[in-house]
Amino acid sequence: MHLVYPAVLSSLLFCVGVYGVLARRNAILVLMSVELMLAAVSLNLVAFDVWLRDEIHSGQVFTLFLIALAAAEIGVGLAIVLLVYRERGTSAVDRLRALADREGNEPDGNEPDRDGPAPGPGGAASRETTTT
Amino acid sequence: MNTTTAAVLVPLLPALAAAVILLTGRRAPGYVQPLAVVPTLASAALAVFVAVRQSGREPLLAGTSLTPTGNPTLPIELAVRLDGFAVLVAVLVAVVAGCVQLYSTGYLRGDPRYASYAALVSLFTSAMLLVVYTDDLVVLLVGWEVMGICSYFLVGHYWETATARSASLKAFLVTKLGDVPFVIGILALASDAGSFRISDIVARLSSSLSGFELSHPTLVALLLLAGVAGKSAQLPLHTWLPDAMAGPTPVSALIHAATMVAAGVYFVARLLPVFAASAAALVVLAALAALTMVGSALAALAQDDVKRVLAYSTIGQLGFMAGALAVADREAAVFHLLTHGAFKALLFLAAGVLIQTAGTGSLAAMSRMRELRRRAPDAFWAMTTGLLALAAVPPFAGFFSKEAVIGAAEHAALDNEHGVSSSLAAPAAAGWIVLVAGLATALLTAAYATRLWLLAFHDPVDARVESVPPGERASSAMTGVLWALMVPSLLLGLAYGKLPDWLDGGSLAPTLTTSVLATGAAVLGGTAVYATWRRAYESAQAEDPAPALLGPLARHAEAGFHLDAVYAAAVVRPVNAAAGLVRHLDRAVIDTCVRGAAGAPGLLGALVRRAGTGNVQTYLSTLVAGALVLGVAAVLVAVGD
Amino acid sequence: MTERELLSTSGQEIVFVLVGLVVLGAAVLCVTTRHLVHAALWLVVALGGLAVEYLLLTAEFVAWVQVLIYLGSVVVLLLFGLMLTRAPIGPSPDADSGNRPVALAVALASAACLVTLVVDAFRTTWIDLETPHGRSEALGDSLFRAWVLPFEALSVLLLAALIGAIALSRARRARAGVAANGGGR
Repeated sequence: MHLVYPAVLSSLLFCVGVYGVLARRNAILVLMSVELMLAAVSLNLVAFDVWLRDEIHSGQVFTLFLIALAAAEIGVGLAIVLLVYRERGTSAVDRLRALADREGNEPDGNEPDRDGPAPGPGGAASRETTTT
Repeated sequence: MNTTTAAVLVPLLPALAAAVILLTGRRAPGYVQPLAVVPTLASAALAVFVAVRQSGREPLLAGTSLTPTGNPTLPIELAVRLDGFAVLVAVLVAVVAGCVQLYSTGYLRGDPRYASYAALVSLFTSAMLLVVYTDDLVVLLVGWEVMGICSYFLVGHYWETATARSASLKAFLVTKLGDVPFVIGILALASDAGSFRISDIVARLSSSLSGFELSHPTLVALLLLAGVAGKSAQLPLHTWLPDAMAGPTPVSALIHAATMVAAGVYFVARLLPVFAASAAALVVLAALAALTMVGSALAALAQDDVKRVLAYSTIGQLGFMAGALAVADREAAVFHLLTHGAFKALLFLAAGVLIQTAGTGSLAAMSRMRELRRRAPDAFWAMTTGLLALAAVPPFAGFFSKEAVIGAAEHAALDNEHGVSSSLAAPAAAGWIVLVAGLATALLTAAYATRLWLLAFHDPVDARVESVPPGERASSAMTGVLWALMVPSLLLGLAYGKLPDWLDGGSLAPTLTTSVLATGAAVLGGTAVYATWRRAYESAQAEDPAPALLGPLARHAEAGFHLDAVYAAAVVRPVNAAAGLVRHLDRAVIDTCVRGAAGAPGLLGALVRRAGTGNVQTYLSTLVAGALVLGVAAVLVAVGD
Repeated sequence: MTERELLSTSGQEIVFVLVGLVVLGAAVLCVTTRHLVHAALWLVVALGGLAVEYLLLTAEFVAWVQVLIYLGSVVVLLLFGLMLTRAPIGPSPDADSGNRPVALAVALASAACLVTLVVDAFRTTWIDLETPHGRSEALGDSLFRAWVLPFEALSVLLLAALIGAIALSRARRARAGVAANGGGR
């Protein structure tokens, strides 16, 4: 089999992942896109390992490590997203702008003033969700 | 005690006193008075002792090498030269300084800055004594400049008033203006003559055997003359002296009588062979002296302030001394320096008492006060004596010294080949200039002296209306000094027979012709003023006779012939304009650059901070795009290679 | 390993390309759909397709691990996350942020660059698949011989992630308590 097919597939998959990370609003969707990017890298590793016939299977072992790492990353990432959701009532990444450079006031990291008054989780849920 | 040791102690004692007062004056104000008076009087006593020991003998030279100059043939030496001129002038300086210190204890009683004042007067005295005794030009220059600094501080003693501040600054700047060419002149002279020692230079120049001649005598002499004109207040650098009246009166007495202004004349007397080597320099000196004499006498006639009258008279008398030097007779110059020091100190100190009593220095105000004579009898007698001496009425001191000057001028003008000192010949032109100007000045001097006396004291029929304001009487220290100073003003002139033994050995006796001429001029001037005054007094108009006498000249004379305005136009205003230009450049150009340099990054920062939106996705997009661009660029570069 | 021409095909290749198209399509749908839960399901499709690709590349152990870990646990975790953040079931109009055009441009540009580069570099490279290279036996052999130390380190990392996740959850509760004191929540 040509190496080009898996290589091209992994490149395209990676770019789809990049698009997802840059374009999705929901933090969990962003995490999904990250998974896509990681999967693309995994495919690359496996394909090259098979091509090179590596004695100690570096590529495939790396893929295994990568899968474990992705699991860990998803775990911690989801914990963070949930924490942010509890604190801010939203998981939209483009609304988390506490670190933005604002004129005048000191950013104390806990006031989403550009996003209107800070609602509780319930208020945010009623704004974000259509059906619950 | 060895004569040399005593001579070294004379300038050293006041200097030490000044240092001690400056160090301890603030903590122990009670010791300031004895510390100020005792060392000065002690150094006066030592100066008298040195003079007596040295009287009429060969000059005593002693020196120790002070510092290498890099040129082994041209060392700077801490040397003294004790000849007749030096010891006599030193006696004058130390005695006047002692009187001034004594007088100041009364005059400045209760002044919060008396300690620093006393220290500066001591330092001033010490510097002048150093100038008098030293035999080395560079050491002389040190004393010369220390005097300049001290005069700056002393004239500005009442620095709360704007006049005192500007007067002190003016005194400093104008004398320094003369000092710049003076330094150049000293260096040129020393490198030309091959020594900084005055005695060496004079010996080389006056010995006819060596045939030594300066390569640029006129240039050196004129450069030195600039410094002398600054210090001795000769035209055109005399303008600081009338303004220096803003200082305390004892300081005026010190500056005018013994130190500072005397330094210039004394310096020329010391180095007369250098000046005599250039006929042009002598003529210039004579012309300057003549202009100074006549101009300042006219100005003195028109002044309203007592101290300013005396200041202009000082300028005029210094002109007399300079005139004597211009006809190459330093004996007459130093003789006049001594008598003038005595009677001018007397006049100033008496004026201090008078002003303290009257509460004002204005002659117009005094001319309306009754019984000023009875309220300040000591001042009246001292003033009268001093003015008679100033007007050169025989047998007061001023008569003999002025006769010596005019006689020397007459000698130089009429029989040049039989000049007073055969080795020092003066051009006849200089003699004529000095002679004519001297006679005119004698007339004018008598006139303004008479005017001052009449306006201040003379009230034969008790016609004046205002009474003298009540005030404290002058202390006994002040009046005692006045009576003590009256003695030399009366009698010093009679030393004309003895004095040449101490000096060069010429004759200082008055000659009949010049005596008659000069005294006649003085009597004429006095009489004219008296007549004018009498007419004004009887018609109960303003009593000042000056406007009537001077006519249209009065206005110009009162303003010092507008020399200050000329300086303002020639120097002050261009400097101010240049300063304004620089300020404008600083504000408009440099500050704009600075503000731009600060503003441009600020603007840039404001632009950049807009990128900090807080949106992570924007950041990531930029990051990925940037990485992409970099990667492509790297690949392209790699391919291109 | 031998080299062939670019477009010489074999049966494996045809299957690979077809599955690859499915994977790519599922991935694109995953990042574009407005249904959040659908996105997770499309991710399942994409990752499952990738497992098939691994099988085609004879990496069977990796393929099964992919199915077990990704499909079995990661996607389930993501679904839990969606539910916990009360994600809407139906289509949500604001699933994409305003950054979308930029994202599209960047993604297309990088895709173009990467594909150009990869095709240019590997257009004649041939993978020899006659002898399988990813058998579980051989992989386990190298994993526990050559890679045992990284493997153990990875276990420590997993432990750290576990503890970190717990700590984050506990921090949330503590903060919630503070907020309850302050804001009556």
